Amino acid sequence: MQKGEDIKSCNPSDLLCVRKLCVWHPIRKFLTVSGYIRALDDVSFDLERGRILAIVGESGSGKTTLGKTILKIHQPTKGRIIYDGKDITFIKGKEIKWYRRELGYVQQDPYGALPPFMNIRQILEEPLIIHGIKKSERIYKVREVLEEVKLIPVEDFINKYPHMLSGGQQQRVVIARALILRPKLIVADEPVSMLDASVRIEILTLFRELQKKYNLSIMYITHDLSTTKYFSDKIAVMYAGHIVEMAQTYKVLSKPLHPYTQSLIKAIPDPDPRNRTLFREIPPGEPPSLLNPPPGCRFHPRCPYAMDICRREEPPVIEVDGTHTVKCWLYG
Amino acid sequence: MMRRVKALFRELLMYKSALIGIIIITSLIILSLYAIITVPYGEVVRKWNSIEPWEDLPKNAMPSWVNIFSHRKLPETIVLDSRRIDLNVNKTIIPVSSGKYILRLLFTFSYIYDDFPNEIILRLYSNTTKQFTVQITWIKPGEIEYVIGRRVLRGYEAYYISSDEEFLKRFYTNLINRLGSRPNYDVSVDIALFAKEDSSILNRNTVEVSKGEYRTIIDVLIGEEDLNRVQIDAKLVVYGKVYGAAGTDHRRRDLALALIWGTPIALAFGLVASVTITFAQMFIAAISAWYGRGFDFIVQRVTEIFMVLPFLPILLMISYLYKITIWMLLGVVILLSIFGSGVKNYRAIFLQIKEIPYIEAAIAYGTSSFRIVFRYMIPKILPTIIPTIVLSVPDFVFLEAALALLGVGDPQAVTWGRVLEDAAREAALYKGYYYWILQPSLLLLLTALGFAMLGLALDKIFNPRLREM
Repeated sequence: MQKGEDIKSCNPSDLLCVRKLCVWHPIRKFLTVSGYIRALDDVSFDLERGRILAIVGESGSGKTTLGKTILKIHQPTKGRIIYDGKDITFIKGKEIKWYRRELGYVQQDPYGALPPFMNIRQILEEPLIIHGIKKSERIYKVREVLEEVKLIPVEDFINKYPHMLSGGQQQRVVIARALILRPKLIVADEPVSMLDASVRIEILTLFRELQKKYNLSIMYITHDLSTTKYFSDKIAVMYAGHIVEMAQTYKVLSKPLHPYTQSLIKAIPDPDPRNRTLFREIPPGEPPSLLNPPPGCRFHPRCPYAMDICRREEPPVIEVDGTHTVKCWLYG
Repeated sequence: MMRRVKALFRELLMYKSALIGIIIITSLIILSLYAIITVPYGEVVRKWNSIEPWEDLPKNAMPSWVNIFSHRKLPETIVLDSRRIDLNVNKTIIPVSSGKYILRLLFTFSYIYDDFPNEIILRLYSNTTKQFTVQITWIKPGEIEYVIGRRVLRGYEAYYISSDEEFLKRFYTNLINRLGSRPNYDVSVDIALFAKEDSSILNRNTVEVSKGEYRTIIDVLIGEEDLNRVQIDAKLVVYGKVYGAAGTDHRRRDLALALIWGTPIALAFGLVASVTITFAQMFIAAISAWYGRGFDFIVQRVTEIFMVLPFLPILLMISYLYKITIWMLLGVVILLSIFGSGVKNYRAIFLQIKEIPYIEAAIAYGTSSFRIVFRYMIPKILPTIIPTIVLSVPDFVFLEAALALLGVGDPQAVTWGRVLEDAAREAALYKGYYYWILQPSLLLLLTALGFAMLGLALDKIFNPRLREM
């Protein structure tokens, strides 16, 4: 009954529709399971075609887990993932192959993301070989994608090994690998956080161009709210395995509702020297343990506005202003 | 790929130890190739385990190069055979009386060494079973003549001159008559036939070889009717005290053959064992680390069981219960080592590799488990494996030698280990046959040194952090 409703609530034109997704990692002690780490709890969101959704949160908030679950690297415990109208939550084995081709994965650390013993041509050919693309086509596709990520002239790069390239060039190779199968959805897990500030904008601009060219949907996972402004259409803020706030980018940035989002926005460093003495209010404490999350709202131990009800009951997802949703008792 | 190998080689040559290692290994390989090309293995094994091919070689002779280092020249073996065309062999027929003839074989040789021979054997051959009387005369330099023996020849007769007590008795009587006193030690036939017969012969310390031309006359009395029918031949062997490049063992076998043929076997045994075991352990560890859970559990427990199994007693048991060749021994060693401690070490590395982001990326674009293990995990570890393989080659070469020394394995194999075993069993060190033990030991050490030097240099190249140390 519940599940039926979930699927009904998905818009069939959306590329990705996630409903009540849970990822619990069991803690095994010898042969028994003694508990679960609730890395993701009740996560629901939609991603439209050709749009960029930014997932923002601090480390340990579950944003990377969410990305990897969408990529089917982690297995979901409960919930639904509907991709292009097809339920892919629990598919396995051979059935999964078509889905793998639809998704691209851009990782955080470009050096770790590229096998050091393969040259660029081999790295880019791998997905093509796995998806059975003919040898004659492969080299053509490799050249095409390298030109797209602006590793030109292609001959200078194609036989190089990853360690011979700079960080920015390595990240372009990672993007090229994600694009080579012509996916519809890219999961970009902090694609620029390991790069120099000067290279970041270049890479994000490139991303944006490619996104427009191929009408890609992108899940942009980041801890850095400042880049989302230029890059994303919609922001989902995560805290301790929950999505606590989700809305259009401009709405979240201009009018943050959740206290956590507000503190995140305040924490963005400001290069203006006049503000150097300004005290930044950062909520004290650490994100909670996911093994033993606090009862009620998971943010309440750090929340400046915590009320009694926050300590007792988990807040519902509240729609404010049409598309702006927030998970907080303040608006309940 | 080719360019990388070349670059690696250039880097290797910057290390002197690697250069020495490569030179040692290359010479061992050349020696092996020489052995394989010149004599097939089957023939070597047959020859090594039979007696006839070695009958003209001295027993326990030292290698002939010892003569270079000593002013006292030890004798080489002298072989005179009337069946071969030789200037030093003369065959004549002398008529004696009506219908009686003497077939005379005259052997001439010069003996210019400083020591007495090891042994003297005369072999007589005839092509009929008819009985002939043979008389052997020995003529020393200075025309001292002895009739050393009369033999009856029927077909084939081996006359061990060295142990002819009867001649010795006559020699003593003669000597006492001439010099007036007895020697203060037991004169052997070899000394009797080759010593200077003056007062020096009386003392063991002064006895000297009479250098010069020796003659041996073999007279066979034959009838007229046999003159054209009967073929009588003789072979005189004066066994020396040095032989060949490596000396001989207690069964007159040329040690050089075993040492040369031991090289390809040692290298093959070491390389096959080391490469197979390392790769097998690596594959098992990779699969175990990748699949994890139940499979990992089973593999780890099996490994632990194999690690506590006593390796040597099992090998001993197998070799006593079954007749195994050296290649079966190799198989058993490999089987017992596959689930070794290496599985644990490699698994630890693979568990780390499994967490590298590129593996996740590979899963994300749909790589199969098989491809991840072989294309993504194993190539990452391969560079660190190569020095390990090179370094563990001598372990297995030593293992083979140690097992042979314990009497495990193929009793027919021609290996360094078997030479050592023979030497140990014949108490070579006690009897002073140092060469018998030192030569195979030296080859074993050289092999270990070569591989260790190359392996350590490779280790420095592949694990750059070691370079600072």
